[in-house]
Amino acid sequence: MSDSESDYDTVSEKTRLMDGHVAANSSGSTASTDLRHGQEIPRKRTRRNADDNEERLEEEGASEDHPTQRRCVQHQPMPQDDEEELKYGAKHVIKLFAPVSLCMVVVVATISAVNFYSIKGMYLIYTPFHEESPDTSTKVWNAAANAMILMAVIVGMTVLLIVLYKYRCYKTIHGWLIVSSLMLLSIFSYLYLEEILRAYNIPMDYPTLLMIMWNFGVMGMIVIHWQGPLVLQQAYLIFVAALMALVFIKYLPEWTTWAVLAVISIWDLIAVLMPKGPLRILVETAQERNEQIFPALIYSSTYMYAYTSMATGEEVPNVRTSRSTSEDHGFTQDWVDNHASHVAQRQLEVHDTPSGVPRTQVIQEEEERGVKLGLGDFIFYSVLVGKASSYGDWNTTLACFVAILIGLCLTLLLLAIFKKALPALPISITFGLIFYFATKELVSPFTDSLASEQVFI
Amino acid sequence: MTVVEFFGCTLLAFGPPFAMFIFTIVHDPVRIIILIAAAFFWLLSLLLSSLLWFAVVPLRKDLAFGLVFAVLFQEAFRFLIYKILRKAEHGLKKITDDSATLIENKHILAYVSGLGFGIMSGAFSLVNVIADSLGPGTMGLKSGTEMFFLTSSAIGLCFILLHTFWSVLYFNAFDNKNKFQISFVVVSHLLVSCLTLLNRYQYYSACIVPLYVILAVTGCYAFKVAGGSYASFKVCISFK
Repeated sequence: MSDSESDYDTVSEKTRLMDGHVAANSSGSTASTDLRHGQEIPRKRTRRNADDNEERLEEEGASEDHPTQRRCVQHQPMPQDDEEELKYGAKHVIKLFAPVSLCMVVVVATISAVNFYSIKGMYLIYTPFHEESPDTSTKVWNAAANAMILMAVIVGMTVLLIVLYKYRCYKTIHGWLIVSSLMLLSIFSYLYLEEILRAYNIPMDYPTLLMIMWNFGVMGMIVIHWQGPLVLQQAYLIFVAALMALVFIKYLPEWTTWAVLAVISIWDLIAVLMPKGPLRILVETAQERNEQIFPALIYSSTYMYAYTSMATGEEVPNVRTSRSTSEDHGFTQDWVDNHASHVAQRQLEVHDTPSGVPRTQVIQEEEERGVKLGLGDFIFYSVLVGKASSYGDWNTTLACFVAILIGLCLTLLLLAIFKKALPALPISITFGLIFYFATKELVSPFTDSLASEQVFI
Repeated sequence: MTVVEFFGCTLLAFGPPFAMFIFTIVHDPVRIIILIAAAFFWLLSLLLSSLLWFAVVPLRKDLAFGLVFAVLFQEAFRFLIYKILRKAEHGLKKITDDSATLIENKHILAYVSGLGFGIMSGAFSLVNVIADSLGPGTMGLKSGTEMFFLTSSAIGLCFILLHTFWSVLYFNAFDNKNKFQISFVVVSHLLVSCLTLLNRYQYYSACIVPLYVILAVTGCYAFKVAGGSYASFKVCISFK
């Protein structure tokens, strides 16, 4: 934590601003004065503050001619907060819509341009049954078994991660994540680039390729694990999620993909909402320790490096510590590579200030105020849409896309209501699956026959 | 040729709606959400109509039957989204930044949801057709008419715009309990959809000309309903 003097100054500045804002808003209301009480609250807000701020507050309180101002500070915070929350809500929905759509677009575009990713033949070791028999019941059985095996791996890895996190083995986790992100950014990106080049028939020599890959990979590692421009970090996270989704689409057998999607959304529900669910434990432990949860495993619409970005310039001594903290719990989504970990990322979380934390931290509040979506959600949304598009029917893809966005919207609505970490997969994936099968079986024949006769409805 | 045709047809059909989206929707998160919600409702209506079409096996070849019910379902869902939006108005007031414009001018909600309806319906009827235009085949080389893609994207554009106008009229009609406007919307929707039945016989001009006439009439009507007049139109186009 960067508890420096200058930090506090900025903070108190903000607090003051906010007070003024509230007052201005409701200066119309009339006034039964309760100065005593009124002062109590601002003081509580700044209770971690240095003396000079205290003085400032006293001054304000003393020169307070408008009783209303104090009154409203005292009475209105809650509704004000709620409204703010909602107002931010709509913006956050869009801030998630854009990256989620972008990720899906990347996957869908790749699938329709490069047919490498829709050709079957190689499978992951987690799915030993390859659904090669023509018999439907065997296929169903294979898919269920595959999904269960994969699920068990995921559960095991999640539990392992939670245990490591619980006992503060940050180094181990971090090493794990770095290795897997390195793999994604080097090997898988190389394969991706190779297939793209092959699909468009572009020749390229190895030195050039090596230079591109080196720059891309190193920049990605720096941006994801350490620091860099927010946009760049988000872009890398989206790309990595898209890559992972493509890997899933390519290497999972046909029906297993659908089974995994269904099973994983149920697991998500359990893991986040059950009292002893692993992800819930994760979120609560992180909140207890007052840490960011997995800064790099989660897509955040605002800065993840809250500490780092605050610790700039003159606060040289802080830089070191802050960096190491953000590094220490820098669970990256490289993790993703070990399929196991997707789960952990799959949670939505609004950054409320935890109740114990004084309201002083306006700055942090503002910086962290953003919705976070686990990269696992990105991956599985994209898997669904990408899988739908791999059959070549755009209507199905479109229907899945809209259904997932609506599901995300509903999840965020629930988030605004319940204000705690929620699983983002269940609603969206359920909608997506319903609309996928409905569109494929019912709607597509209808729209196809309409289109073939050029009838518009 | 195919790529050029692809881009031409895509831009012909989706260029104007895209411009409308960029200039009027994209700056307000609430509008984007409503747009997507409207698209979702259109999807639901389509799902219901295809369910019906699928269930009534003997009439599957007769598209006129499916078409009539599809139109009716769409109007029913338009009514549903109207109800929901009016109910949610209070909540919307809280979450939108420019609540003043969004709530005071009720036509904005209608316009946004209409555009959502239109874009989704246009996309569903066109996207596969346009994707096919990329090749490898070329339409009209051996049989069929080379105007095929051009006409279908022109009709698609017409429907997207019509949906927008219809929603404006429809919402206003329900606000004012105006039975004439409601029936105007339903009847004109049925009429234009039935006109496209002529496409099968490749009477494209017999379809497109009346379609665009109806589009113009509906557009003027919606413009008038939304509070526009000749004077305001002149002001609007006079670059001031």
